[in-house]
Amino acid sequence: MTVFDVQKIRQDFPILKEKIRGKDLVYLDNAATCQKPQAVIDSIVHLYSHDYANVHRGVHTLSVRSTDKFEGARTKVKDFINAASEKEIIFVKGATEAINLVAQTYGKANIKTGDEIIITAMEHHSNIVPWQMLCEQTGAVLKVAPINLQGELIFDEFEKLVNDKTRLISVVHMSNALGTINPVKKIIAVAHEKGIPVLLDGAQAIPHITVDVQELDCDFYVFSAHKLYAPTGVGVLYGKQALLEAMPPYQGGGDMIRKVTFEETEYNVLPYKFEAGTPNIADVVGLGVAIDYLNGIGMESIAAYEAELLSYATAKAKQIKGLRIIGEAEHKGAILSFVLDKIHPHDIGTMLDSLGIAIRAGHHCAMPVMDFYKVPATARASFAMYNTKEEIDVLMNGIESLIEVFG
Amino acid sequence: MFDDLRDLYQEVIFDHNRNPRNFRIIENADRKVEGFNPLCGDRLTLYLQMEGDVIADASFQGSGCAISTASVSLMTEIVKGKTEIEAEELFKKFHEMTTGKDENFNLEAIGKLAVLAGVREYPARVKCATLAWHTLDAALKNEQQAISTE
Repeated sequence: MTVFDVQKIRQDFPILKEKIRGKDLVYLDNAATCQKPQAVIDSIVHLYSHDYANVHRGVHTLSVRSTDKFEGARTKVKDFINAASEKEIIFVKGATEAINLVAQTYGKANIKTGDEIIITAMEHHSNIVPWQMLCEQTGAVLKVAPINLQGELIFDEFEKLVNDKTRLISVVHMSNALGTINPVKKIIAVAHEKGIPVLLDGAQAIPHITVDVQELDCDFYVFSAHKLYAPTGVGVLYGKQALLEAMPPYQGGGDMIRKVTFEETEYNVLPYKFEAGTPNIADVVGLGVAIDYLNGIGMESIAAYEAELLSYATAKAKQIKGLRIIGEAEHKGAILSFVLDKIHPHDIGTMLDSLGIAIRAGHHCAMPVMDFYKVPATARASFAMYNTKEEIDVLMNGIESLIEVFG
Repeated sequence: MFDDLRDLYQEVIFDHNRNPRNFRIIENADRKVEGFNPLCGDRLTLYLQMEGDVIADASFQGSGCAISTASVSLMTEIVKGKTEIEAEELFKKFHEMTTGKDENFNLEAIGKLAVLAGVREYPARVKCATLAWHTLDAALKNEQQAISTE
């Protein structure tokens, strides 16, 4: 394996050369979305310039080329998360849609009045609301496993919630608001003892952690491409083939059918059964290129480098008087959520922006987490493989200066 | 270090943020309306004591960013003694100023409130400044429902 060379990686991301308000951009909002390497940007232009037509339809050359690239990306995703087959990789528009798909197909078919669904107290709204909607439709009950002040799942309490009425457990792999990495293998082991399927929301985990769905033995895994250095508008639903086979389709339309008459329709095989209509061809191809790019660096190297960034940032942050870190789980990804005494996160965000630093200020689509910590919002610096310790210094200096200005 | 922000964060704003005026509850207030900006988590409760159509007293409670705290603090100072119609006029002017649609807006005519004109350059922060005034507007119209800027 080659040495991790952050300066070389930075050269691959054209946006990192942007000046923001006259300053060098310090992009620390990667948990919201990651920037794109030149190879991904070029792949979209190349597809539309040379290989583009609709997929799965034509006998003409371009349609074949387009289909090959599109299906090639599916194979890359399969290999990236080590799924058993391409049939288990469904392209949707994002992690949110993937969860909604499972709720509205698997959920509606298998979950009835009085049944229970378990989530945790650190979920993103996208892993809360689809289940609330399903509960409203079916009369099922949503159970929430609590977290402690470090931002870790209280495992005993979670275990107590698992019972004979539990029909599904849907848990975030890595929290976007706290950085916590959940003990998902333990969760899955407890669930499978009772034959309960587990969905992992991997939107935040996927760019930071090597994901092996067979080793995890999760039943569903969902993520968004845009957080994996790939274009927006694409998400992946992984599901075990047997589960996907048994599920009713999500949307009806073209591509998801084998035979249609006005009397009845025969649905297509996996994965097409769940991909009605023309898919987001170019951005799926871009996802494949992003995966190639990441494989070239190695997910293990990325994880090791990011762990270094996080511990550097955490140590620096702890030296700042009046700064409180929100989320200090033992197992944590490269996210630093914090609040400052008497300075609202939005003021922090605006002030840092004037220094060229992009962070997120707000509730991070996790309002229940904010309620738990009794804060209206937090400021969040989230790191990616292209960030540097020098950038963390710029951030920390900025925070110290703004504390001074606010007095 | 923050030279670019001098228009947005004027000293008056820091002052009102550190020491908000009229930060108290009016017991048995005639009007009490909640304002909420879900995006930032800014939350305030506005209290008005009326004497006929005159705002005899105004106060607030809640928490928010420096811009929203300074805005509501300044507002409670300024509307005291104003009639409902005068306060509505001010709301309109304030709205015009912060949304920045009128390039020839006369800042002098709005007095003290002009310190908040800087938000025009920061679209993401306009709501911080206007939350107080939308809440006042609801209070004047005697709407009991909580106000949300979303």
